[in-house]
Amino acid sequence: MARKTLRSQLRLGCQVAFTALSNGYVQGFFKGKIYNSPTKYACVPGLNCYSCPGALGSCPIGSLQAVIGSRKFHVSLYVLGFLMMVGAILGKAVCGFLCPFGLVQDLLHKIPGVKKLRRLPGETYLQWLRYVMLGLLVILLPMVVVDIVGQGSPWFCKYVCPSGTLLGGIPLLAGNPALRSAVGWLFTWKMAILVVILVLSVFLYRPFCRYLCPLGAVYGFFNRFALYRFTLNEEQCTHCGACHKVCGLDIDPSKTPNHSQCIRCGKCLDACPHEAIVSTMARRKKKGETAF
Amino acid sequence: MKRHLPAVAVFCLGAVLLTLGIVRGEAQTVLQKAVIICMECIGIG
Repeated sequence: MARKTLRSQLRLGCQVAFTALSNGYVQGFFKGKIYNSPTKYACVPGLNCYSCPGALGSCPIGSLQAVIGSRKFHVSLYVLGFLMMVGAILGKAVCGFLCPFGLVQDLLHKIPGVKKLRRLPGETYLQWLRYVMLGLLVILLPMVVVDIVGQGSPWFCKYVCPSGTLLGGIPLLAGNPALRSAVGWLFTWKMAILVVILVLSVFLYRPFCRYLCPLGAVYGFFNRFALYRFTLNEEQCTHCGACHKVCGLDIDPSKTPNHSQCIRCGKCLDACPHEAIVSTMARRKKKGETAF
Repeated sequence: MKRHLPAVAVFCLGAVLLTLGIVRGEAQTVLQKAVIICMECIGIG
């Protein structure tokens, strides 16, 4: 129990600290302006809108669309390379530890007094939406649908991203009357998406990550071979189902310890009565496991 | 070490791509987009 509390507190602390660190331009929230210094050359690992008034770095998904939609480039080696480097080390642990919008969803899911859902009807199909978001809205449409000067739009940011609305849109509009006067149907549409995601987060663990996040879809690809991953000791596993029961994302770690949806919250590690699931960090202390 | 080889290889390939991206000026494109308010991102259009 103590280990469980410590791990979840450490993760929460890490999420809060990284969110505060990567959104450290506090004056921006009061002035209704964004930070504009060379630190924004660099991407941050999580989904953190660069139009958030506090943002010190760039959102990788926004950057990917900006480069793909630009007149000069149609492929972004810079962002792809960055995602590969981060993914190779952490995989989808980024979502569990370093994503501000993941933190928001985590906090909402802690609200007690409501019946929590394990999954939505059609979950298997809904999960594929992440790849549609990535392939269609992040890559294809910004690349091929261009204006008269050859510039593409960031389709995912424009029509879907609730993180941009919450972290960028709402604080900027609150502090900037000129922007408020320009609000139209698009903002209403994005607010509707945000409200649906936030309300759903109270009942269902991380709905945006499960169904819509293109960044999570990219990092999920690295989960099987990232330096930080989980290993199941089949000799110790009794398939009691304890790990599956505690998993907020309804994954069965005894079958797929490195599932593409796993955000490495570590609840399964604590729940296992036989300590059959271990992370690569803890594995060095133990012997006899077989790697997946 | 052998079981970490795929991750190390992907990391190194990523570093090469990142460097190539910087050399051909993509980081500048990212900065130019990131230092002005992205109207699409905040829902103005």
